[in-house]
Amino acid sequence: MNFLVLTLIKAALIAGVLVTTLAYLVWVERKVLAHIQLRVGPRRTGPHGLLQPLSDLLKLLFKEGVIPKQVNLPVFLAAPFIAVALSLTSIAVIPFGPTVEIFGVQTQMGLADVSISLLIILALGSLSVYGISLAGWASNNKYSLLGGLRASAQMISYELPMAVTLVAPLLLYNTLSLREIAEAQQGFYLGVVPRWGIFQMPFPQIFSFILFLIAAFAETNRIPFDLPEAENELVSGFHTEYSSMLFAAFFTAEYGHIVTSCMIGTLIFLGGWNPLFPGIGGVVAPTVFLWFFAGICIWHAMQPARKLDRYTLPVIAAILFGAGGIFLIPAVQPVLVPLFWFLVKTGFLVFTFIWVRGSLPRFRYDQLMKFAWTFMFPAAVINLLITALLVALTTK
Amino acid sequence: MSALIFLIFAFVAIACAINLVVQRHPIVSALSLVGVMCSLAVLYLLLGAEFIAATQVIVYAGAIMVMFLFVIMLLNTGVESKVPGKSLLSKIIGIPVFLVFVGVIAYLIQRHYVNAEAPVIFGNFTGGGPREVGLRLFTQYLLPFETTSILILIAILGAVVLARKELD
Repeated sequence: MNFLVLTLIKAALIAGVLVTTLAYLVWVERKVLAHIQLRVGPRRTGPHGLLQPLSDLLKLLFKEGVIPKQVNLPVFLAAPFIAVALSLTSIAVIPFGPTVEIFGVQTQMGLADVSISLLIILALGSLSVYGISLAGWASNNKYSLLGGLRASAQMISYELPMAVTLVAPLLLYNTLSLREIAEAQQGFYLGVVPRWGIFQMPFPQIFSFILFLIAAFAETNRIPFDLPEAENELVSGFHTEYSSMLFAAFFTAEYGHIVTSCMIGTLIFLGGWNPLFPGIGGVVAPTVFLWFFAGICIWHAMQPARKLDRYTLPVIAAILFGAGGIFLIPAVQPVLVPLFWFLVKTGFLVFTFIWVRGSLPRFRYDQLMKFAWTFMFPAAVINLLITALLVALTTK
Repeated sequence: MSALIFLIFAFVAIACAINLVVQRHPIVSALSLVGVMCSLAVLYLLLGAEFIAATQVIVYAGAIMVMFLFVIMLLNTGVESKVPGKSLLSKIIGIPVFLVFVGVIAYLIQRHYVNAEAPVIFGNFTGGGPREVGLRLFTQYLLPFETTSILILIAILGAVVLARKELD
């Protein structure tokens, strides 16, 4: 098939799925946070609040967009676009699976297979600070300016440890292409332990993974590092003056960053689309997993906590059961099984982001800076030196 | 296609560069500089220097310019005020010096690049990946590389000494 047509179809598919996922991520976050705090979360709009993202979107669309008088208009309007464009572009170079054949067409699962994809992602990530700091400056408001300043200082500080932590696993894989990185993690040690980045010999990159996650929290401005927006001291910081869809743009950008960072973490440290279990185990695991959750839904439907659960949970169970069945069809397995592993690992990391938000309080600003320069950076450098030494000793 | 992209981004780079000088608000000037850096990165990419292109964006647009922006915001500088009555010197020799500058540039381009034996063809150069750059850097250009790193180390030490709080 024509390369252009194929790319357009893939781009439309990925963009659609990504934006829907981002909208539902808000729902997931609210639900998980609610359950961490022993509440139930959104449940009025649609069954289990599943229509909440849609109603949020409608609300934001029809809200009046207030633009305060004191703002610097061109920069004020450009900032949310910069933020959302940079955050959503990085998905273009992320591979979701190996090269597959769909309807007789060979294609890579992912938009563009670039030889320096990791560098491109780092570049887009380093540019993304402009959206936030310009928004803070253009709002022409003390609190917003402080938020913007904090964002730029924080992002510069945490970019450095992040880049240094990413170099260590790259020494093991010898490539900057995310597809080749994932391919370098195929196979198992002793037939059981997967050769993922966090287990890979000669130096398992577990420390580097932890440092990467911490830096990713800071880069995405999430709790415990959400100083740029700190509601109680800065009145939401850089986006105080934004309303309606402009505000939604910052929200989308933040969730887009979370998803991209989690995908990078999955590809570099958690083996990308390579399964956790060897042989047939990796293939049937999706079915077992989905049927297990279907079972949980049925079990809860038997003893409903709320009246409606008796009707909604069996429907969800049926959907999960059917999805598990699809994974058993041999024809679709080469496409769906790698995709499943990739999405499950990414989903787990996204869940970690929400989980941490529910568990940790915010840092103080001096603590944040001190942490970056006196712990993160030296730790990243030491990890890099040890990895480099072991790689140099073990390669012939 | 490559020529078209080249023309677009060359134009954007020059327009941003002119805007950088013409604008009187520091933030807008800084943003124009970011535009120049990013268009230059695209030009590098067109010439096959992928690694340089990515580094250009990461280092210049993503780190150094953010630092500039940070300082400008921190000082909260407003619009530059225009000094009334330019100095006589700039009025007299401004235009002649500019013309000489343009002439020298035009002469050098004409001399070295227009009738060159091997004209630049987009996509001809493939040695710009990280591997090739790294190999060159650690074999052929090892001495300049190490000298630069020592220079940067000295600069860092100087910054630390200058920024250190007096303890007494």
